[in-house]
Amino acid sequence: MFSKDEIIETIRMILVEHLNVRAVTLGINLLDCVSDDFDSMRDRVEEKISEVAGGFVEEAKAVEEKYGIPIVNKRIAVTPASALLGPAIVRIPEEGAIELAVELARAFDEGARRVGVDFIGGYGALVQKGFTRADSILLRSIPRALASTERVCSCVNIATTKAGINVDAARAMGKVILETAWATANRSGIGCCKLAAFANAPEDNPFMAGAYHGLGEPESVINVGISGPAVIRAAVEQSQGEDFRALAERIKRTAFKITRVGELVGREMAERLGVRFGIVDLSLAPTPEAGESIADIIEAMGIESCGAPGSTAALALLTDAVKKGGAMATSFVGGLSGAFIPVSEDAGMRDALRAGSLSLEKLEAMTSVCSVGLDMIAIPGDTPPETISAIIMDGMAIGVVNDKPIGVRLIPVPGKGAGDVVEFGGLFGSAIVMSVSRFSASKFIERGGHIPPSILSLRG
Amino acid sequence: MQTDRAVVTVMGRDRVGIVAGISGELAEANANILDLASTKMGDLFVMMILIDISGIKVSLAELKERLRRRGEGLGVQVMVQHEDVFRYMHRV
Repeated sequence: MFSKDEIIETIRMILVEHLNVRAVTLGINLLDCVSDDFDSMRDRVEEKISEVAGGFVEEAKAVEEKYGIPIVNKRIAVTPASALLGPAIVRIPEEGAIELAVELARAFDEGARRVGVDFIGGYGALVQKGFTRADSILLRSIPRALASTERVCSCVNIATTKAGINVDAARAMGKVILETAWATANRSGIGCCKLAAFANAPEDNPFMAGAYHGLGEPESVINVGISGPAVIRAAVEQSQGEDFRALAERIKRTAFKITRVGELVGREMAERLGVRFGIVDLSLAPTPEAGESIADIIEAMGIESCGAPGSTAALALLTDAVKKGGAMATSFVGGLSGAFIPVSEDAGMRDALRAGSLSLEKLEAMTSVCSVGLDMIAIPGDTPPETISAIIMDGMAIGVVNDKPIGVRLIPVPGKGAGDVVEFGGLFGSAIVMSVSRFSASKFIERGGHIPPSILSLRG
Repeated sequence: MQTDRAVVTVMGRDRVGIVAGISGELAEANANILDLASTKMGDLFVMMILIDISGIKVSLAELKERLRRRGEGLGVQVMVQHEDVFRYMHRV
């Protein structure tokens, strides 16, 4: 039997501190759907998603029931769409090919809808060293694809430590992001909530918008993203008066317990679906719900308002302790594994913005010590594309030089300026539009080409 | 190691009949009580019961629902969770 304290601790985490598994993501290989006949590929894609994921949501509900642990998001990640598209668009002129790409996105959306998942990731491309024709077509199709689907997420990897930064891709993404915002202008640019530019994008990331089923992955796989900002915050609140060594220890112990729940749920889900259990992503993921906030944890450590001096150090300590505790708790760590600081999805971050303690520049500094970078940041709708590209490049540089994954998810909100409030709804939360530097980087971006890999890549 | 045991946690204001009501429901479903502990947290009465679910006559989901309904009548909240969640969290 377990001790009374152990049982009560678990129950308290679930009932009071909203412990849950944030995401169970089923990765599905779609390479065997490829065909030079677009219609047969599209039909096969829809069929395969139904075949592999047909029982996914039902099994996830059974697991929730068995353990009394909510699984907040059930999602699917598929092979990057640009890898599927190539043969079907040979000899098809550009405009027609873009239309077919959009139709593939609709097939993803339909597949996801049929099996009852809220998001499907993988409508993207890996272009860190350059573009194939299919990559270029796919990038150009993103605004229309995201405007004409509900569930599709797009991730474009434009840099790696080994390959350096594809500046042409960063340049293109500045325009793609703006066009996506305008294509979904009637919903405050919500398409951009489902679009991320990445450096070192992991092949097994369970979190959107960056999830895709990498080419090195097995046929299908279950990856799990844990959660628990409120559990960690409660632990930090109990540490008042303790020094940092004791604080780190406390976070580590709590992270271990949270991660074990992810490990348990992942193993059980994989067994039920008869697929491989991939990884647990150790990221602490906030939600717009009160208390589920990374900013709150930073403030519980003793920072008056998130973004104030000390915030980067606090986040570094948090991320490191979560990794150390989590690494002991699971057989395979993967994905992004660090704290997330998505501004619109974290009520504490929004409060910090309102209080004036948080700026884009401070967020950028904080991304150097956590995983998902400049995430869910609303910016003025009239931000020039070159400035968006330059912000992306700053993020990519942090990822490449620190040899870590980093994503940039910016939402230029049409018709809104700094300080305006925007409601995206649901998990995306609401955002206060942040101000962006008025100084230009257009001459820098216009150079184009490629930033060579850092000296760090010369290993082996 | 897979086991077929679950932990029933009962929380609420103390009153006559909680133990009888919950254990009666467990007996009805043929769930054997392996261990039982209770404690007070302020005004809150908390009871924890380890049960064997290998021979239960209904599904675990149905047992949960029956206990939830019985708990409602008694003014207490009842949770049922497979013991693995506690084992994973608290044992290495």
